[in-house]
Amino acid sequence: MNGYAIRAIYRFEMARWFRTIVQSVASPVISTSLYFVVFGAAIGSRIAEVEGVSYGAFIVPGLIMLSILTESIANASFGIYMPRYSGTIYEVLSAPISAFEIIVGYVGAAASKSIMLGLIILATARVFVPFEIAHPFWMIAFLIMTAVTFSLFGFIIGIWASGWEKLQIVPILVITPLAFLGGSFYSISMLPPLWQKITLFNPVVYLISGFRWSFYGISDVAVGISLGMTVLFMAGCVTAIYWIFKTGYRLKA
Amino acid sequence: MQPIISITNLVKTYAGGFRALKGVDLEIRRGEIFALLGPNGAGKTTLINIICGIVTPTSGTVLADGHDIVRDFRAARSKIGLVPQELVTDAFESVWATVKFSRGLFGKPPNDAYLEKVLRDLSLWDKKDSKILALSGGMKRRVLIAKALAHEPDILFLDEPTAGVDVELRRGMWDMVRSLRENGVTVILTTHYIEEAEELADRIGIINKGEIVLVEDKNILMRKLGRKQLTLHLQAPLERVPPQLANRQLELTAEGTQLVYTFDTQSDSTGIASLLRQLNELGIDFKDLHTEESSLEEIFVTLIGGKR
Repeated sequence: MNGYAIRAIYRFEMARWFRTIVQSVASPVISTSLYFVVFGAAIGSRIAEVEGVSYGAFIVPGLIMLSILTESIANASFGIYMPRYSGTIYEVLSAPISAFEIIVGYVGAAASKSIMLGLIILATARVFVPFEIAHPFWMIAFLIMTAVTFSLFGFIIGIWASGWEKLQIVPILVITPLAFLGGSFYSISMLPPLWQKITLFNPVVYLISGFRWSFYGISDVAVGISLGMTVLFMAGCVTAIYWIFKTGYRLKA
Repeated sequence: MQPIISITNLVKTYAGGFRALKGVDLEIRRGEIFALLGPNGAGKTTLINIICGIVTPTSGTVLADGHDIVRDFRAARSKIGLVPQELVTDAFESVWATVKFSRGLFGKPPNDAYLEKVLRDLSLWDKKDSKILALSGGMKRRVLIAKALAHEPDILFLDEPTAGVDVELRRGMWDMVRSLRENGVTVILTTHYIEEAEELADRIGIINKGEIVLVEDKNILMRKLGRKQLTLHLQAPLERVPPQLANRQLELTAEGTQLVYTFDTQSDSTGIASLLRQLNELGIDFKDLHTEESSLEEIFVTLIGGKR
């Protein structure tokens, strides 16, 4: 195990984040604040409580998840795509490190950023609405699992992308719709029966449901299923990455 | 002594079907400077990239200091430093951060004193806090060298180290390569500049179309293939080579004012003395003379040309 290499990659990636700390932190904080102003205060005051939770508080877990998903993918995909694009990947490929160490470095850094961001958004939300966290341990567990899983997914996108457009296309065309339709702003039970069924094919539903359960003890699907689906998705990403390094897909000629 | 790199029957066929290497066998001796020459697309970079782990070989084996580069990649790669051909650098990193990154990546514990020495030797110390993006091309090249040296490798690959580098810097780079060898580092360089190989290398390998055409000690190569020419600047022009000299390798140039004698540096008697005596007897006077040795460049062109 090459611990120095993991540390080097991790530090490198974190340094990149800290160089642009203002954009990195300010933009999600501002956009989250806007969501609260619009949905929480303006519209939310006219929406009744959802399963005993005020609407403002109800959307907090969904908003955090939304940011975690998009930021994990953006950070991890950019983190590995950039050296591929610039050519500096040669150094990582020629270093005495295994695929596992590369992943821990890149994905670990991307997940760390998202987790920090999630906590910052949590703190920001607390300024706007009062809420309590019923299961803090599970809240953190879901936060970490989601950040890691989607950082793995972002890493795959960063390897797969053969251009900047492709790097953007998956987050915009797939992730954002799934996240918005995954129950960030509403309970699945508010939907017509047919859509309730269709929604269950959306993996994000399980993440948000599980995460919201850790806050308020309410959920759209049983928390065990949420946990299972998250683990399943993570396993899928790990398998894909194993294949990537096994075959050298888009990394090695 | 065991070679530091031994390559056996190395083949690389790219996905598109292009055979970049067609069964290369090569041994690099410990502590030498080895120059790999070849035209564009000959397979130089593919060969280097396979040894460094960037390209996967189709078949064949490579041992670096006794370690198989695939099965025992950690041990093999930690011995090797690579300076790539292209100037690929992170734009926003500082010089210091990037060399520290390289050292860590190769699994070495931090050693700021060593990195400082590397940067000082490459005249980069005063730029250590500069962003790489702000550096000139020659400095970026040296940053890449510093990165390759950051983990104290025993083997250094320099892929076209002086491409696009001005004359003064090139001299500096050559001095650096020599001092690396003095410190026991084996250096393998590819180059287009034959002058560079002639200047630096202990041994020269020529690769063409994915095959090693020749590997030879530079001096032996120069001697073996080198031909010397003696040019005599005549007092009065001649119309033709006198019949008495017909059995010699003589040629008249510059409208009969120069007589060129080609001889082999290998042979025991070059025949210069007897030629001069003969000219004296024939009353052919000359005002000046000089000899020229064929350069590595000419040797190279002859070899590659013959294979095309």
